[in-house]
Amino acid sequence: MALAVAAHTPGSGTPAPPPSSSRKRRPILLVLLLPGLAWLGVFFLVPIFTLLGTSTQSPAPSGEIGAFVQTFSFGNYGRVISDYHEQFVRSFVYAGLATVLTLLIAYPLAYMIAFKAGRARNLLLVLVVAPFFTSFILRTVAWRQILADQGFVVSSLKFLHLIPQGATVTASGVAVVAGITYNFLPFMTLPLYASLERIDPTLIEAGGDLYGNGFAVLRKVTFPLSLPGVVAGTLLTFIPAAGDYVNASLLGNTRTQMVGNVIDSRFFRVVDYPTAAALSFVLMAAILVLVFLYVRKAGTEELV
Amino acid sequence: MSIIDLRGPVPTSTPAPDRPRRRFSPARSRRWLRAHGLQLYAVVAFAYIFTPIAYVMVFSFNIPARSNIAWRGFTLANWENPCGAPEVCNAVGNSLKIGLSATLIATVLGTMIAFALSRYRFRGRTSTNLLIFLPMATPEVVLAASLLTLFLNLKVPLGFVTIVIAHVMFCISFVVVAVKARIAALDPRLEQAAADLYATEFETFRRITLPLLAPGIAGAALLAFSLSFDDFIITNFVSGNVNTFPKFVYVSAQRGIPAQAYVVGSFMFLLAMTIVLVVEAVRWRRSVKK
Repeated sequence: MALAVAAHTPGSGTPAPPPSSSRKRRPILLVLLLPGLAWLGVFFLVPIFTLLGTSTQSPAPSGEIGAFVQTFSFGNYGRVISDYHEQFVRSFVYAGLATVLTLLIAYPLAYMIAFKAGRARNLLLVLVVAPFFTSFILRTVAWRQILADQGFVVSSLKFLHLIPQGATVTASGVAVVAGITYNFLPFMTLPLYASLERIDPTLIEAGGDLYGNGFAVLRKVTFPLSLPGVVAGTLLTFIPAAGDYVNASLLGNTRTQMVGNVIDSRFFRVVDYPTAAALSFVLMAAILVLVFLYVRKAGTEELV
Repeated sequence: MSIIDLRGPVPTSTPAPDRPRRRFSPARSRRWLRAHGLQLYAVVAFAYIFTPIAYVMVFSFNIPARSNIAWRGFTLANWENPCGAPEVCNAVGNSLKIGLSATLIATVLGTMIAFALSRYRFRGRTSTNLLIFLPMATPEVVLAASLLTLFLNLKVPLGFVTIVIAHVMFCISFVVVAVKARIAALDPRLEQAAADLYATEFETFRRITLPLLAPGIAGAALLAFSLSFDDFIITNFVSGNVNTFPKFVYVSAQRGIPAQAYVVGSFMFLLAMTIVLVVEAVRWRRSVKK
Protein backbone atom coordinates (compact mmCIF):
# COMPACT_ATOMS: atom_id res chain seq x y z
CA MET A 1 0.00 0.00 0.00
CA ALA A 2 2.71 2.43 0.92
CA LEU A 3 4.38 1.67 -2.36
CA ALA A 4 1.37 3.01 -4.11
CA VAL A 5 0.86 5.90 -1.74
CA ALA A 6 4.43 6.87 -2.34
CA ALA A 7 4.09 6.38 -6.06
CA HIS A 8 1.33 8.91 -6.50
CA THR A 9 2.85 11.60 -4.35
CA PRO A 10 3.60 14.49 -6.68
CA GLY A 11 7.18 14.92 -7.64
CA SER A 12 8.27 11.46 -6.63
CA GLY A 13 9.08 10.72 -10.25
CA THR A 14 12.34 12.63 -10.38
CA PRO A 15 14.37 12.25 -7.21
CA ALA A 16 17.36 14.54 -7.18
CA PRO A 17 20.63 12.66 -6.95
CA PRO A 18 21.71 12.90 -3.31
CA PRO A 19 24.98 14.68 -2.73
CA SER A 20 27.88 12.50 -1.77
CA SER A 21 28.62 12.64 1.92
CA SER A 22 31.71 14.44 3.01
CA ARG A 23 33.97 12.93 5.63
CA LYS A 24 32.57 15.32 8.22
CA ARG A 25 29.04 14.03 7.76
CA ARG A 26 29.86 10.35 8.19
CA PRO A 27 28.89 10.26 11.89
CA ILE A 28 25.51 11.81 11.15
CA LEU A 29 24.89 9.26 8.44
CA LEU A 30 25.72 6.41 10.78
CA VAL A 31 23.43 7.78 13.49
CA LEU A 32 20.62 8.04 10.97
CA LEU A 33 21.06 4.60 9.47
CA LEU A 34 22.29 2.33 12.20
CA PRO A 35 19.34 2.00 14.61
CA GLY A 36 16.81 1.17 11.89
CA LEU A 37 19.08 -1.09 9.90
CA ALA A 38 20.16 -2.88 13.07
CA TRP A 39 16.50 -3.50 13.89
CA LEU A 40 15.89 -4.98 10.44
CA GLY A 41 19.14 -6.94 10.63
CA VAL A 42 18.38 -8.52 13.99
CA PHE A 43 14.65 -9.05 13.56
CA PHE A 44 14.41 -9.71 9.83
CA LEU A 45 17.72 -11.07 8.46
CA VAL A 46 18.90 -13.08 11.47
CA PRO A 47 15.50 -14.81 11.84
CA ILE A 48 15.76 -16.03 8.23
CA PHE A 49 18.87 -17.92 9.33
CA THR A 50 17.32 -19.23 12.53
CA LEU A 51 14.40 -20.37 10.36
CA LEU A 52 16.85 -22.20 8.11
CA GLY A 53 18.55 -23.65 11.20
CA THR A 54 15.30 -24.83 12.74
CA SER A 55 14.19 -26.39 9.45
CA THR A 56 16.97 -28.99 9.58
CA GLN A 57 16.47 -30.03 13.20
CA SER A 58 15.06 -33.34 14.41
CA PRO A 59 13.06 -34.22 17.52
CA ALA A 60 15.24 -34.53 20.62
CA PRO A 61 16.07 -38.13 21.63
CA SER A 62 14.51 -37.44 25.03
CA GLY A 63 11.16 -37.33 23.28
CA GLU A 64 10.18 -34.16 25.10
CA ILE A 65 7.55 -32.15 23.21
CA GLY A 66 8.94 -28.98 21.69
CA ALA A 67 12.59 -30.00 22.15
CA PHE A 68 14.66 -30.33 18.98
CA VAL A 69 18.31 -30.86 18.20
CA GLN A 70 20.29 -29.73 15.19
CA THR A 71 20.98 -32.70 12.94
CA PHE A 72 21.24 -30.94 9.56
CA SER A 73 18.60 -33.26 8.24
CA PHE A 74 17.80 -31.66 4.92
CA GLY A 75 15.49 -34.58 4.36
CA ASN A 76 12.87 -32.43 6.12
CA TYR A 77 12.58 -30.51 2.88
CA GLY A 78 11.89 -33.55 0.76
CA ARG A 79 9.34 -34.68 3.32
CA VAL A 80 7.41 -31.41 3.46
CA ILE A 81 7.31 -31.15 -0.31
CA SER A 82 5.99 -34.69 -0.74
CA ASP A 83 3.58 -34.39 2.22
CA TYR A 84 2.23 -30.95 1.49
CA HIS A 85 2.64 -30.39 -2.26
CA GLU A 86 -1.14 -30.29 -2.48
CA GLN A 87 -1.36 -27.29 -0.11
CA PHE A 88 1.50 -25.60 -1.94
CA VAL A 89 -0.17 -25.97 -5.31
CA ARG A 90 -3.46 -24.82 -3.84
CA SER A 91 -1.85 -21.73 -2.30
CA PHE A 92 -0.39 -20.67 -5.63
CA VAL A 93 -3.53 -21.51 -7.60
CA TYR A 94 -5.79 -19.60 -5.17
CA ALA A 95 -3.38 -16.66 -5.03
CA GLY A 96 -3.04 -16.67 -8.82
CA LEU A 97 -6.80 -16.80 -9.41
CA ALA A 98 -7.40 -14.05 -6.87
CA THR A 99 -4.68 -11.92 -8.47
CA VAL A 100 -6.29 -12.24 -11.91
CA LEU A 101 -9.72 -11.44 -10.45
CA THR A 102 -8.47 -8.38 -8.55
CA LEU A 103 -6.78 -7.17 -11.74
CA LEU A 104 -10.02 -7.54 -13.71
CA ILE A 105 -12.06 -5.80 -11.02
CA ALA A 106 -9.53 -3.09 -10.20
CA TYR A 107 -8.45 -2.05 -13.70
CA PRO A 108 -11.71 -0.39 -14.81
CA LEU A 109 -12.07 1.16 -11.37
CA ALA A 110 -8.55 2.61 -11.40
CA TYR A 111 -9.09 3.76 -15.00
CA MET A 112 -12.30 5.51 -14.04
CA ILE A 113 -10.65 7.26 -11.08
CA ALA A 114 -7.65 8.31 -13.15
CA PHE A 115 -9.49 9.63 -16.22
CA LYS A 116 -13.15 10.26 -15.44
CA ALA A 117 -13.37 11.28 -11.81
CA GLY A 118 -12.32 14.93 -12.10
CA ARG A 119 -12.21 16.58 -8.72
CA ALA A 120 -13.59 13.54 -6.94
CA ARG A 121 -10.31 11.65 -7.55
CA ASN A 122 -8.88 11.98 -4.06
CA LEU A 123 -12.19 11.21 -2.43
CA LEU A 124 -12.59 8.05 -4.51
CA LEU A 125 -9.06 6.96 -3.63
CA VAL A 126 -9.97 7.30 0.03
CA LEU A 127 -13.02 5.12 -0.62
CA VAL A 128 -10.80 2.50 -2.27
CA VAL A 129 -8.66 2.16 0.85
CA ALA A 130 -11.67 2.49 3.18
CA PRO A 131 -11.74 -1.27 3.92
CA PHE A 132 -8.34 -0.88 5.61
CA PHE A 133 -10.06 1.22 8.25
CA THR A 134 -12.02 -1.72 9.57
CA SER A 135 -10.42 -4.85 10.85
CA PHE A 136 -9.29 -7.30 8.18
CA ILE A 137 -10.53 -10.25 10.22
CA LEU A 138 -13.89 -8.59 10.88
CA ARG A 139 -14.40 -7.92 7.16
CA THR A 140 -13.66 -11.54 6.37
CA VAL A 141 -16.06 -12.73 9.07
CA ALA A 142 -18.66 -10.35 7.63
CA TRP A 143 -18.30 -11.99 4.21
CA ARG A 144 -18.74 -15.39 5.80
CA GLN A 145 -21.97 -14.18 7.37
CA ILE A 146 -23.16 -12.47 4.18
CA LEU A 147 -22.50 -15.57 2.06
CA ALA A 148 -23.91 -17.96 4.65
CA ASP A 149 -26.51 -20.47 3.49
CA GLN A 150 -29.37 -18.72 5.27
CA GLY A 151 -28.04 -15.29 4.23
CA PHE A 152 -29.68 -12.90 1.81
CA VAL A 153 -27.27 -13.40 -1.11
CA VAL A 154 -27.37 -17.17 -1.25
CA SER A 155 -31.13 -17.38 -0.74
CA SER A 156 -31.74 -14.89 -3.56
CA LEU A 157 -29.43 -16.79 -5.88
CA LYS A 158 -31.29 -19.97 -5.02
CA PHE A 159 -34.63 -18.27 -5.56
CA LEU A 160 -33.47 -17.19 -9.02
CA HIS A 161 -32.20 -20.73 -9.65
CA LEU A 162 -28.76 -19.38 -10.43
CA ILE A 163 -27.28 -21.95 -8.08
CA PRO A 164 -28.72 -25.35 -7.13
CA GLN A 165 -30.94 -25.53 -4.05
CA GLY A 166 -28.54 -27.58 -1.96
CA ALA A 167 -25.49 -25.50 -2.77
CA THR A 168 -23.37 -23.74 -0.20
CA VAL A 169 -21.05 -20.87 -0.96
CA THR A 170 -19.09 -20.64 2.25
CA ALA A 171 -16.70 -23.35 3.35
CA SER A 172 -15.48 -23.80 -0.21
CA GLY A 173 -12.56 -22.93 -2.44
CA VAL A 174 -14.73 -20.41 -4.26
CA ALA A 175 -15.33 -18.55 -1.01
CA VAL A 176 -11.62 -18.56 -0.17
CA VAL A 177 -10.68 -17.12 -3.56
CA ALA A 178 -13.50 -14.57 -3.26
CA GLY A 179 -12.28 -13.55 0.19
CA ILE A 180 -8.68 -13.13 -0.97
CA THR A 181 -9.89 -11.16 -3.99
CA TYR A 182 -11.88 -8.79 -1.82
CA ASN A 183 -9.20 -8.31 0.83
CA PHE A 184 -6.40 -7.50 -1.60
CA LEU A 185 -8.37 -5.28 -3.99
CA PRO A 186 -6.86 -2.00 -2.68
CA PHE A 187 -3.33 -3.40 -3.12
CA MET A 188 -4.11 -3.76 -6.82
CA THR A 189 -6.16 -0.60 -7.35
CA LEU A 190 -3.68 1.89 -5.91
CA PRO A 191 -0.61 1.00 -8.02
CA LEU A 192 -2.80 0.68 -11.12
CA TYR A 193 -4.18 4.14 -10.45
CA ALA A 194 -0.68 5.52 -9.86
CA SER A 195 0.55 4.37 -13.24
CA LEU A 196 -2.65 5.19 -15.16
CA GLU A 197 -2.68 8.68 -13.71
CA ARG A 198 0.77 9.37 -15.16
CA ILE A 199 -0.32 8.55 -18.71
CA ASP A 200 -0.57 11.62 -20.90
CA PRO A 201 -4.25 11.68 -22.01
CA THR A 202 -3.19 13.09 -25.40
CA LEU A 203 -1.56 9.73 -26.15
CA ILE A 204 -4.92 8.04 -25.72
CA GLU A 205 -6.57 10.69 -27.88
CA ALA A 206 -3.89 10.13 -30.50
CA GLY A 207 -4.79 6.44 -30.49
CA GLY A 208 -8.39 7.42 -31.23
CA ASP A 209 -7.31 9.84 -33.94
CA LEU A 210 -5.44 7.02 -35.62
CA TYR A 211 -8.77 5.18 -35.94
CA GLY A 212 -8.15 2.82 -33.05
CA ASN A 213 -11.46 1.79 -31.53
CA GLY A 214 -11.84 1.78 -27.76
CA PHE A 215 -10.54 -1.73 -27.34
CA ALA A 216 -7.59 -1.28 -29.69
CA VAL A 217 -6.51 1.89 -27.88
CA LEU A 218 -6.76 0.07 -24.57
CA ARG A 219 -4.75 -2.87 -25.85
CA LYS A 220 -2.09 -0.94 -27.76
CA VAL A 221 -1.74 2.30 -25.81
CA THR A 222 -3.26 2.41 -22.34
CA PHE A 223 -2.50 -1.07 -21.09
CA PRO A 224 1.17 -1.15 -22.17
CA LEU A 225 1.72 2.25 -20.60
CA SER A 226 0.13 1.09 -17.35
CA LEU A 227 2.29 -2.04 -17.21
CA PRO A 228 4.43 -0.86 -14.27
CA GLY A 229 1.26 -0.54 -12.23
CA VAL A 230 0.06 -3.96 -13.36
CA VAL A 231 3.35 -5.55 -12.30
CA ALA A 232 3.42 -3.73 -8.95
CA GLY A 233 -0.24 -4.50 -8.25
CA THR A 234 -0.03 -8.18 -9.13
CA LEU A 235 3.06 -8.60 -6.93
CA LEU A 236 1.50 -6.70 -4.03
CA THR A 237 -1.52 -8.99 -4.31
CA PHE A 238 0.07 -12.32 -5.15
CA ILE A 239 2.85 -12.38 -2.55
CA PRO A 240 0.74 -11.77 0.55
CA ALA A 241 -2.12 -13.83 -0.88
CA ALA A 242 0.08 -16.92 -1.31
CA GLY A 243 1.06 -16.75 2.36
CA ASP A 244 -2.37 -15.86 3.69
CA TYR A 245 -4.26 -18.36 5.77
CA VAL A 246 -6.95 -16.21 7.37
CA ASN A 247 -9.28 -16.43 4.37
CA ALA A 248 -8.70 -20.16 4.02
CA SER A 249 -9.45 -20.77 7.65
CA LEU A 250 -12.47 -18.45 7.99
CA LEU A 251 -14.06 -19.07 4.58
CA GLY A 252 -12.81 -22.52 3.66
CA ASN A 253 -12.96 -26.08 4.91
CA THR A 254 -10.37 -28.75 5.65
CA ARG A 255 -9.98 -29.48 1.94
CA THR A 256 -9.17 -25.86 1.07
CA GLN A 257 -6.18 -25.49 3.38
CA MET A 258 -3.27 -23.42 2.16
CA VAL A 259 0.38 -23.60 3.20
CA GLY A 260 -0.16 -20.91 5.81
CA ASN A 261 -2.73 -23.09 7.57
CA VAL A 262 -0.28 -25.97 7.73
CA ILE A 263 2.55 -23.75 9.03
CA ASP A 264 0.24 -22.36 11.71
CA SER A 265 -0.99 -25.75 12.86
CA ARG A 266 2.50 -27.34 12.74
CA PHE A 267 3.78 -24.56 15.02
CA PHE A 268 0.94 -24.35 17.48
CA ARG A 269 -1.13 -27.53 17.41
CA VAL A 270 1.45 -30.19 16.60
CA VAL A 271 4.48 -28.33 18.03
CA ASP A 272 6.60 -29.58 15.15
CA TYR A 273 8.90 -26.63 14.58
CA PRO A 274 11.27 -28.18 12.00
CA THR A 275 8.43 -29.07 9.64
CA ALA A 276 6.83 -25.63 10.04
CA ALA A 277 10.19 -23.94 9.43
CA ALA A 278 10.92 -26.05 6.35
CA LEU A 279 7.45 -25.25 4.97
CA SER A 280 8.01 -21.52 5.51
CA PHE A 281 11.37 -21.68 3.82
CA VAL A 282 10.03 -23.54 0.80
CA LEU A 283 7.16 -21.05 0.55
CA MET A 284 9.58 -18.13 0.58
CA ALA A 285 11.89 -19.74 -1.99
CA ALA A 286 9.00 -20.66 -4.29
CA ILE A 287 7.61 -17.13 -4.16
CA LEU A 288 11.03 -15.62 -4.84
CA VAL A 289 11.49 -17.84 -7.89
CA LEU A 290 8.01 -17.09 -9.22
CA VAL A 291 8.43 -13.35 -8.67
CA PHE A 292 11.83 -13.40 -10.33
CA LEU A 293 10.48 -15.21 -13.41
CA TYR A 294 7.47 -12.92 -13.56
CA VAL A 295 9.46 -9.70 -13.28
CA ARG A 296 11.87 -10.89 -15.95
CA LYS A 297 9.01 -11.71 -18.25
CA ALA A 298 7.17 -8.50 -17.50
CA GLY A 299 10.38 -6.58 -18.11
CA THR A 300 10.33 -7.68 -21.72
CA GLU A 301 7.41 -7.21 -24.08
CA GLU A 302 6.29 -10.80 -23.46
CA LEU A 303 3.56 -10.00 -20.96
CA VAL A 304 1.25 -8.21 -23.38
CA MET B 1 -32.15 2.09 -17.01
CA SER B 2 -30.17 2.20 -20.19
CA ILE B 3 -28.88 -1.30 -19.77
CA ILE B 4 -32.43 -2.55 -19.82
CA ASP B 5 -33.16 -0.55 -22.94
CA LEU B 6 -30.11 -1.90 -24.62
CA ARG B 7 -31.26 -5.45 -24.22
CA GLY B 8 -34.97 -5.00 -24.58
CA PRO B 9 -36.90 -4.16 -27.73
CA VAL B 10 -37.00 -0.60 -28.97
CA PRO B 11 -39.83 1.14 -27.12
CA THR B 12 -42.80 1.48 -29.41
CA SER B 13 -44.43 4.35 -27.61
CA THR B 14 -44.22 7.13 -30.13
CA PRO B 15 -42.33 10.12 -28.86
CA ALA B 16 -43.47 13.65 -29.39
CA PRO B 17 -42.22 14.58 -32.84
CA ASP B 18 -41.17 18.03 -31.74
CA ARG B 19 -38.80 16.66 -29.10
CA PRO B 20 -36.83 13.92 -30.77
CA ARG B 21 -34.02 14.23 -28.24
CA ARG B 22 -36.06 12.56 -25.51
CA ARG B 23 -36.56 9.43 -27.54
CA PHE B 24 -34.92 6.26 -26.26
CA SER B 25 -33.15 4.33 -28.95
CA PRO B 26 -30.58 1.58 -28.78
CA ALA B 27 -28.01 3.88 -30.35
CA ARG B 28 -28.69 6.55 -27.77
CA SER B 29 -28.46 4.13 -24.88
CA ARG B 30 -25.27 2.71 -26.29
CA ARG B 31 -23.86 6.21 -26.47
CA TRP B 32 -25.00 6.88 -22.90
CA LEU B 33 -23.46 3.65 -21.75
CA ARG B 34 -20.20 4.44 -23.51
CA ALA B 35 -20.07 7.82 -21.78
CA HIS B 36 -21.18 6.66 -18.37
CA GLY B 37 -20.48 2.94 -18.31
CA LEU B 38 -17.31 3.35 -16.30
CA GLN B 39 -19.08 5.51 -13.74
CA LEU B 40 -21.82 2.92 -13.50
CA TYR B 41 -19.18 0.23 -13.02
CA ALA B 42 -17.50 2.29 -10.29
CA VAL B 43 -20.79 2.55 -8.41
CA VAL B 44 -21.13 -1.24 -8.48
CA ALA B 45 -17.48 -1.70 -7.47
CA PHE B 46 -17.83 0.66 -4.52
CA ALA B 47 -21.02 -1.09 -3.45
CA TYR B 48 -18.98 -4.31 -3.42
CA ILE B 49 -16.14 -2.66 -1.49
CA PHE B 50 -18.52 -1.32 1.15
CA THR B 51 -20.74 -4.40 1.54
CA PRO B 52 -18.89 -6.02 4.48
CA ILE B 53 -18.27 -2.62 6.09
CA ALA B 54 -21.97 -1.84 5.99
CA TYR B 55 -22.67 -5.29 7.37
CA VAL B 56 -20.33 -4.70 10.32
CA MET B 57 -21.96 -1.34 11.01
CA VAL B 58 -25.50 -2.64 10.85
CA PHE B 59 -24.70 -5.59 13.10
CA SER B 60 -23.06 -3.33 15.67
CA PHE B 61 -26.64 -2.29 16.46
CA ASN B 62 -27.89 -5.85 16.83
CA ILE B 63 -29.42 -6.95 20.14
CA PRO B 64 -26.57 -8.84 21.80
CA ALA B 65 -26.55 -12.56 22.29
CA ARG B 66 -23.84 -15.17 22.51
CA SER B 67 -23.02 -14.75 18.83
CA ASN B 68 -23.83 -11.98 16.40
CA ILE B 69 -25.13 -13.85 13.36
CA ALA B 70 -28.92 -13.57 13.18
CA TRP B 71 -30.59 -10.15 13.26
CA ARG B 72 -32.55 -9.79 16.51
CA GLY B 73 -33.48 -6.14 16.48
CA PHE B 74 -32.09 -2.65 16.79
CA THR B 75 -30.43 -1.45 19.97
CA LEU B 76 -27.94 1.20 21.03
CA ALA B 77 -26.81 -0.90 23.98
CA ASN B 78 -23.57 -2.08 22.35
CA TRP B 79 -22.52 1.44 21.48
CA GLU B 80 -23.42 2.78 24.92
CA ASN B 81 -21.45 0.07 26.64
CA PRO B 82 -18.63 -1.18 24.39
CA CYS B 83 -16.94 -2.79 27.39
CA GLY B 84 -20.02 -4.96 27.95
CA ALA B 85 -17.84 -7.76 26.61
CA PRO B 86 -14.75 -7.21 28.79
CA GLU B 87 -12.42 -9.26 26.57
CA VAL B 88 -13.12 -6.88 23.70
CA CYS B 89 -12.01 -3.83 25.67
CA ASN B 90 -9.00 -5.63 27.04
CA ALA B 91 -7.92 -6.71 23.56
CA VAL B 92 -8.49 -3.23 22.11
CA GLY B 93 -6.45 -1.72 24.95
CA ASN B 94 -3.55 -4.04 24.17
CA SER B 95 -3.81 -3.28 20.46
CA LEU B 96 -3.73 0.46 21.14
CA LYS B 97 -0.71 0.19 23.43
CA ILE B 98 1.15 -2.00 20.94
CA GLY B 99 0.12 0.18 18.01
CA LEU B 100 1.27 3.41 19.67
CA SER B 101 4.62 1.97 20.81
CA ALA B 102 5.36 0.35 17.45
CA THR B 103 4.29 3.47 15.55
CA LEU B 104 6.51 5.75 17.62
CA ILE B 105 9.62 3.60 17.21
CA ALA B 106 9.03 2.71 13.55
CA THR B 107 8.28 6.32 12.57
CA VAL B 108 11.46 7.67 14.19
CA LEU B 109 13.72 4.92 12.83
CA GLY B 110 12.08 4.90 9.40
CA THR B 111 12.23 8.69 9.00
CA MET B 112 15.92 8.64 9.91
CA ILE B 113 16.65 6.01 7.26
CA ALA B 114 14.57 7.93 4.71
CA PHE B 115 16.70 11.03 5.36
CA ALA B 116 19.93 9.09 5.05
CA LEU B 117 18.80 7.52 1.77
CA SER B 118 17.58 10.78 0.23
CA ARG B 119 20.31 13.12 1.40
CA TYR B 120 23.49 11.07 1.35
CA ARG B 121 25.25 9.01 -1.21
CA PHE B 122 27.18 6.21 0.41
CA ARG B 123 28.51 2.78 -0.27
CA GLY B 124 25.89 0.15 0.50
CA ARG B 125 23.01 2.37 -0.55
CA THR B 126 21.67 -0.30 -2.89
CA SER B 127 21.87 -3.01 -0.25
CA THR B 128 20.15 -0.69 2.23
CA ASN B 129 17.32 -0.17 -0.24
CA LEU B 130 17.10 -3.92 -0.72
CA LEU B 131 16.98 -4.52 3.03
CA ILE B 132 14.12 -2.01 3.26
CA PHE B 133 12.26 -3.60 0.36
CA LEU B 134 12.59 -7.27 1.31
CA PRO B 135 10.32 -7.32 4.39
CA MET B 136 7.53 -5.83 2.27
CA ALA B 137 8.04 -8.52 -0.38
CA THR B 138 8.02 -11.42 2.07
CA PRO B 139 4.73 -13.11 2.94
CA GLU B 140 3.68 -12.35 6.49
CA VAL B 141 3.60 -15.97 7.51
CA VAL B 142 7.29 -16.34 6.63
CA LEU B 143 8.22 -13.23 8.63
CA ALA B 144 6.14 -14.60 11.49
CA ALA B 145 7.64 -18.10 11.39
CA SER B 146 11.22 -16.85 11.20
CA LEU B 147 10.78 -14.39 14.08
CA LEU B 148 9.18 -17.13 16.15
CA THR B 149 12.16 -19.45 15.55
CA LEU B 150 14.46 -16.61 16.68
CA PHE B 151 12.52 -16.09 19.89
CA LEU B 152 12.26 -19.84 20.54
CA ASN B 153 15.99 -20.35 20.00
CA LEU B 154 16.90 -17.47 22.30
CA LYS B 155 14.19 -18.53 24.78
CA VAL B 156 12.67 -15.04 24.72
CA PRO B 157 9.27 -15.13 26.47
CA LEU B 158 6.51 -14.24 24.01
CA GLY B 159 4.29 -11.27 24.86
CA PHE B 160 3.94 -7.53 24.63
CA VAL B 161 7.62 -6.87 23.89
CA THR B 162 7.93 -9.47 21.14
CA ILE B 163 4.78 -8.14 19.47
CA VAL B 164 6.15 -4.58 19.46
CA ILE B 165 9.51 -5.82 18.11
CA ALA B 166 7.74 -7.61 15.25
CA HIS B 167 5.44 -4.69 14.44
CA VAL B 168 8.31 -2.20 14.35
CA MET B 169 10.15 -4.55 12.00
CA PHE B 170 7.40 -4.66 9.38
CA CYS B 171 6.36 -1.01 9.80
CA ILE B 172 9.83 0.53 9.29
CA SER B 173 9.92 -0.27 5.56
CA PHE B 174 6.53 1.32 4.92
CA VAL B 175 7.55 4.46 6.82
CA VAL B 176 10.81 4.71 4.85
CA VAL B 177 9.03 4.43 1.51
CA ALA B 178 6.34 6.96 2.44
CA VAL B 179 8.70 9.56 3.93
CA LYS B 180 11.28 9.16 1.16
CA ALA B 181 8.63 10.05 -1.41
CA ARG B 182 7.77 13.20 0.57
CA ILE B 183 11.43 14.23 0.79
CA ALA B 184 11.80 13.76 -2.96
CA ALA B 185 8.78 16.04 -3.46
CA LEU B 186 10.30 18.87 -1.39
CA ASP B 187 11.29 22.01 -3.26
CA PRO B 188 15.10 22.15 -2.79
CA ARG B 189 15.03 25.94 -3.28
CA LEU B 190 13.41 26.40 0.14
CA GLU B 191 16.37 24.83 1.91
CA GLN B 192 18.81 26.71 -0.31
CA ALA B 193 17.07 29.94 0.61
CA ALA B 194 17.48 29.16 4.30
CA ALA B 195 21.15 28.48 3.77
CA ASP B 196 21.49 31.75 1.84
CA LEU B 197 20.03 33.50 4.89
CA TYR B 198 22.87 32.11 6.99
CA ALA B 199 20.88 29.38 8.71
CA THR B 200 23.06 26.54 9.91
CA GLU B 201 22.36 23.08 8.63
CA PHE B 202 20.59 22.16 11.84
CA GLU B 203 18.48 25.34 11.88
CA THR B 204 17.47 24.72 8.28
CA PHE B 205 16.45 21.22 9.19
CA ARG B 206 14.50 22.25 12.27
CA ARG B 207 12.75 25.34 10.87
CA ILE B 208 12.30 24.49 7.20
CA THR B 209 12.70 20.81 6.37
CA LEU B 210 10.98 19.22 9.34
CA PRO B 211 7.86 21.46 9.30
CA LEU B 212 7.50 20.89 5.57
CA LEU B 213 7.76 17.16 6.04
CA ALA B 214 5.55 16.99 9.12
CA PRO B 215 2.35 16.09 7.23
CA GLY B 216 4.18 13.35 5.33
CA ILE B 217 5.67 11.95 8.51
CA ALA B 218 2.26 12.09 10.19
CA GLY B 219 0.78 10.21 7.25
CA ALA B 220 3.48 7.56 7.52
CA ALA B 221 2.80 7.24 11.26
CA LEU B 222 -0.91 6.81 10.57
CA LEU B 223 -0.10 4.09 8.06
CA ALA B 224 2.19 2.36 10.55
CA PHE B 225 -0.46 2.52 13.24
CA SER B 226 -3.14 1.05 11.03
CA LEU B 227 -0.80 -1.75 9.89
CA SER B 228 0.05 -2.53 13.49
CA PHE B 229 -3.48 -2.29 14.84
CA ASP B 230 -4.85 -4.54 12.12
CA ASP B 231 -2.05 -7.11 11.99
CA PHE B 232 -3.10 -10.64 12.69
CA ILE B 233 -0.72 -13.25 11.24
CA ILE B 234 2.58 -12.01 12.71
CA THR B 235 0.92 -11.06 15.99
CA ASN B 236 -0.65 -14.49 16.26
CA PHE B 237 2.77 -16.13 16.01
CA VAL B 238 4.72 -14.00 18.48
CA SER B 239 2.07 -12.92 21.01
CA GLY B 240 2.03 -15.79 23.46
CA ASN B 241 -0.92 -15.21 25.79
CA VAL B 242 -1.39 -11.52 25.01
CA ASN B 243 -4.66 -10.86 23.26
CA THR B 244 -5.01 -8.21 20.56
CA PHE B 245 -8.17 -7.09 18.82
CA PRO B 246 -7.63 -9.00 15.53
CA LYS B 247 -6.54 -12.07 17.47
CA PHE B 248 -9.62 -11.86 19.67
CA VAL B 249 -11.93 -11.62 16.65
CA TYR B 250 -10.20 -14.51 14.89
CA VAL B 251 -10.31 -16.80 17.89
CA SER B 252 -13.91 -15.97 18.77
CA ALA B 253 -15.04 -16.35 15.14
CA GLN B 254 -15.45 -20.07 15.87
CA ARG B 255 -17.75 -19.71 18.88
CA GLY B 256 -19.37 -16.33 18.21
CA ILE B 257 -18.15 -12.76 18.08
CA PRO B 258 -19.78 -10.37 20.57
CA ALA B 259 -21.56 -7.38 19.01
CA GLN B 260 -19.16 -5.06 20.85
CA ALA B 261 -16.39 -6.17 18.49
CA TYR B 262 -18.53 -4.85 15.63
CA VAL B 263 -18.85 -1.57 17.54
CA VAL B 264 -15.06 -1.31 17.76
CA GLY B 265 -14.72 -2.10 14.04
CA SER B 266 -17.34 0.49 13.09
CA PHE B 267 -15.89 3.10 15.43
CA MET B 268 -12.35 2.69 14.06
CA PHE B 269 -13.74 2.97 10.54
CA LEU B 270 -15.71 6.13 11.27
CA LEU B 271 -12.81 7.71 13.14
CA ALA B 272 -10.28 7.01 10.38
CA MET B 273 -12.72 8.13 7.68
CA THR B 274 -13.36 11.38 9.55
CA ILE B 275 -9.64 12.12 9.93
CA VAL B 276 -8.92 11.40 6.28
CA LEU B 277 -11.91 13.35 4.98
CA VAL B 278 -11.14 16.39 7.16
CA VAL B 279 -7.53 16.40 5.95
CA GLU B 280 -8.75 16.04 2.38
CA ALA B 281 -11.26 18.88 2.80
CA VAL B 282 -8.61 21.19 4.23
CA ARG B 283 -6.27 20.40 1.37
CA TRP B 284 -9.04 20.96 -1.14
CA ARG B 285 -9.96 24.33 0.33
CA ARG B 286 -6.34 25.40 0.25
CA SER B 287 -6.01 24.43 -3.38
CA VAL B 288 -9.18 26.36 -4.21
CA LYS B 289 -7.84 29.47 -2.46
CA LYS B 290 -4.65 29.33 -4.45
